[in-house]
Amino acid sequence: MSHLQKAERRASGLGQLWWGSLPLRVLFTTVAASFLVLVLAGLLLMQQARSSIVETKRDASVTEATGIHNFMTEQLRLPESRSFAVYEQLTNLAEQAQQQAGQYKVVIEGPAGAILSGGITWESVPAVLQKQVSDSDKMFITPTEVVFTEAIPNEPGWAVGTTLIDSAGERFPVYYIFPMTNEVATLKALQRAVVVTGLALLGALAAIAYLVTVQVVRPVRRASQTARRLASGNLGERMAVRGTDDIATLAVSMNDMAEDLAARIQELESLSLVQRRFVSDVSHELRTPMTTIRMAADVLYDSRDDFEPRPRRTVELMSTQIDRFDSLLADLLEISRYDAGAAVLDLDEVDLLILVESEVDAQRDFAARQGIRMRVHSSGPATAQMDSRRIRRILRNLLTNAIEHGDSRPIDITVASDANAVAVAVRDRGAGFLPSESGLVFERFWRADPSRNRVVGGTGLGLAIALEDARLHRGWLSAWGRPGRGAQFRLTLPRDGLHPLLGSPLPVIPTDVDARRTTT
Amino acid sequence: MSDTRSRTRILIVDDDPALSEMLQIVLRQEGFDTVHCGTGTEAVAAMRESRPDLILLDLMLPGRDGVKVCRDMREESVVPIVMLTAKSDTSDVVAGLEAGADDYVAKPFKPKELIARIRTRLRQMSAEPGKDVLSIGDLVISVSAHTVKRGDVAVQLTPLEFDLLLALAKRPSHVFSREALLDDVWGYRNAADTRLVNVHVQRLRAKVELDPEHPEIVVTVRGVGYRAGEPSAES
Repeated sequence: MSHLQKAERRASGLGQLWWGSLPLRVLFTTVAASFLVLVLAGLLLMQQARSSIVETKRDASVTEATGIHNFMTEQLRLPESRSFAVYEQLTNLAEQAQQQAGQYKVVIEGPAGAILSGGITWESVPAVLQKQVSDSDKMFITPTEVVFTEAIPNEPGWAVGTTLIDSAGERFPVYYIFPMTNEVATLKALQRAVVVTGLALLGALAAIAYLVTVQVVRPVRRASQTARRLASGNLGERMAVRGTDDIATLAVSMNDMAEDLAARIQELESLSLVQRRFVSDVSHELRTPMTTIRMAADVLYDSRDDFEPRPRRTVELMSTQIDRFDSLLADLLEISRYDAGAAVLDLDEVDLLILVESEVDAQRDFAARQGIRMRVHSSGPATAQMDSRRIRRILRNLLTNAIEHGDSRPIDITVASDANAVAVAVRDRGAGFLPSESGLVFERFWRADPSRNRVVGGTGLGLAIALEDARLHRGWLSAWGRPGRGAQFRLTLPRDGLHPLLGSPLPVIPTDVDARRTTT
Repeated sequence: MSDTRSRTRILIVDDDPALSEMLQIVLRQEGFDTVHCGTGTEAVAAMRESRPDLILLDLMLPGRDGVKVCRDMREESVVPIVMLTAKSDTSDVVAGLEAGADDYVAKPFKPKELIARIRTRLRQMSAEPGKDVLSIGDLVISVSAHTVKRGDVAVQLTPLEFDLLLALAKRPSHVFSREALLDDVWGYRNAADTRLVNVHVQRLRAKVELDPEHPEIVVTVRGVGYRAGEPSAES
């Protein structure tokens, strides 16, 4: 097996799993959708929190920077500080400013290089800010990346830049760097909280979705189970009704349906019982006088040689017509028994070949009179569970049918079997019939060609009864025919009568016929 | 004995006067002596009185169900009973056969068919010359005496059951299909109804087997039919 096939099989297995469980589907969809929503909500939340925190810090930074800047300017302009060198003054200022509070670092761009406080580097001051500050005396603020002299990660922060002007009017750019250490920690904690809450919510939603689906699915499953039991004939099965919701409505409808079904079936059963009894009564009522008539006719027929020609012919006519009436009556009663559902199988393990051979032997005289040779082909016994009386009747019907329509050409009877089924095919080479008629041949009183003379004068019910007999065995009776090329009837029976037929050991189209060729 | 009749007597139990009369005409024409009884309630009494060689019994009778009548008759007598039935449904036929009828003829029948059935039931199956005593399982069959014994105990069989047992015993190693038995015992050339064989094998087993659940006299051969049990070593 190739990898592709394996993958396909796996995919189809997953598909089966997917379409095989509603809760799974709902669960998966819920989890996926909630995950999406939660991620979006988390992102939004984080973004808002971040911007608000950063804004607050910005405002605080500006306020604080303004304060410290004023302080520094004041310090720078104090008369006592004038005695110091500028650089020293600035360093002092930076240290003093640094001591005010720990929240910011001071960077003063002195005449002899930058004075840095609080362990940060000059890179912490963005170039943009430097430019702005060098251009104007106002106060500017930009976000920055705080770079520390120690080997600790950079931190985001605010850089406030402005200019210190000493009493001499000299300008010293000064930068206050506000690292957002606390804010970053807060945001991190918040993020963690959001993720944890999100995951917990996802779990909770999955559980809720599962519970809800189960709540819906369980009654549906119960309903389908009940329906299955009902279908298998357990008509007393009902669903428990709780509350007045949709599920309860479903249960009520199911129960109503079951009630109706049971009532209808009971009605049909009683109807069928009535009909069965009627058929049985009719059969008795008709058969008894028929027997008397029959016997009387036979007695007369046996002594017909004592009669004058005219009464003799009358007796002969009467006798043959009574025969015909007799078989018609028998067939009618048989078929009405099927219609009433009163036909019962009497199964036995029987070899189909033995039945075929015996029925073929029984018809040999009749076939010979029509100038027909019958050949039986088989590859050994073909035993199956069957009602031999009915199977014999089917065979008799198929054989007489073939002989009657066989146009004096040989008839082939083939018996075959496989693991699940046995089959017999009866092939004649007579007039045949149109492909469209292959279903009609089984109809009651259907005649292939109304103008044809009937040799045996069948009742017109033979094949219809045969079909019912085959169906009763859960078997198939199939017909194939082509005008001028004969016909084939194939009977297929399941070996054990339990498993439905899936195929036949014999083709329905005779092997001597090229299926693709059509008659012109 | 006062019963010095030479002709075979047939009791007809049927409620239909026309059919009964017609049957009598046909049977008398064939040389039988006939007695008629029109109701089920009087049928058993008629049998006791006329002591027929064979009974034709209609299954549907006013007064009493033909199947019950058949069972009552069988309790008193082993006389061959042929059912006349308008029904050929499994349950009806089997019910009649299980009640003890030997054979059945479905209405409407041809007179010749009926006569053939009657003659088969009246004939006695014969053994091949020189083989008057046969054994099957632990039973011993004496053909001329028409008896079956297990040790010293006689087993009561109807003529049909005797014929069935004898048919099997005559060819001990042979496996009989149901069709073959129908031919041998019931005289059906074109085997029709194997239910006859099934039911009568059950009835026979109930009488001859020590344990009918595990038959040792009439052994089933799956998918084929029946054969005689091996003669037991001690007999």
